[in-house]
Amino acid sequence: MAKAKVFVSLKQGILDPQGQTVEKSLKNLGYDNVKNLRIGKFITLEIEGNDIDKQIDEMCHKLLANPIIEDYKFEIT
Amino acid sequence: MKFGVVVFPGSNCDTDCHWAAGEVGQEAEYIWHHQTDLSGFDCIVLPGGFSYGDFLRSGAIARFSPVMKAIKEFAGSGGLVIGICNGFQILLEAGLLPGAMKRNDSLRFICKYVNLRVENIETPFTNQLDKGQIVKIPIAHGEGNYFADEETLKELNDNDQVIFRYSSAQGGISPEFCPNGSLENIAGISNKEGNVLGLMPHPERSMTNLLGSADGRKVFESIINYLKDENKAKILT
Repeated sequence: MAKAKVFVSLKQGILDPQGQTVEKSLKNLGYDNVKNLRIGKFITLEIEGNDIDKQIDEMCHKLLANPIIEDYKFEIT
Repeated sequence: MKFGVVVFPGSNCDTDCHWAAGEVGQEAEYIWHHQTDLSGFDCIVLPGGFSYGDFLRSGAIARFSPVMKAIKEFAGSGGLVIGICNGFQILLEAGLLPGAMKRNDSLRFICKYVNLRVENIETPFTNQLDKGQIVKIPIAHGEGNYFADEETLKELNDNDQVIFRYSSAQGGISPEFCPNGSLENIAGISNKEGNVLGLMPHPERSMTNLLGSADGRKVFESIINYLKDENKAKILT
């Protein structure tokens, strides 16, 4: 049994209004040193079998991320 | 003619779309998302709502419903498909239309009447409107911020696939008249062939002046007119 962590985020260059708003809030709290805050999704799953890397890559491409606007990366442990 | 209104778990504008078909004197039938036989339907409506709770991304799960395979085939053979709001999001996720939806720039759910400029009337969905006409149709969405890469955007413009843009009451197109941050004020697009339309505004909610506007009626009347006119129907084949 392997565990996978999948990270999905908006592509660089695509405006992330949610991230901007949260960044502004942190600045309001006094954290002036924060920049480029971006918000994404974090998905965990357990998986059995072979070719897990390939399968998870497929899953990301087909469903977990929308490749038009989102990038993804994953770790398997 | 007969409209088919697809019902996903979480659709909530299906009843309105069914009613709208009746308002223009046509028959309509609900299509449960497990159904795969679309014979007998002339136009498929993907209604608004929150299919599958908008989990993951709007439209991301609905796209895998059994009915979507049938809709792809239906559209592939020239059948008319109109996706409204969540229906538009599903068409994008399913790859029947290009691009993707992001959350509104304001991060707010916006529910209000907007002005739209009609950009192309040579379509099955807008032939009863005038080019450049301003129509008043309401929007109600949290994720209607249309995005496409530069190449796709150019293709949409070159092929006259942008059907509606958010505008001022006079038809001005600038970011201040765009409620959600959509690129180039895009509110509705069609596929290259013209038989699939996706739009964020809700024509079924503006069928009579009692509701604030009857402009949405023209979309349904265009569909009826298109299907009546065999010569026009040939444009698609």
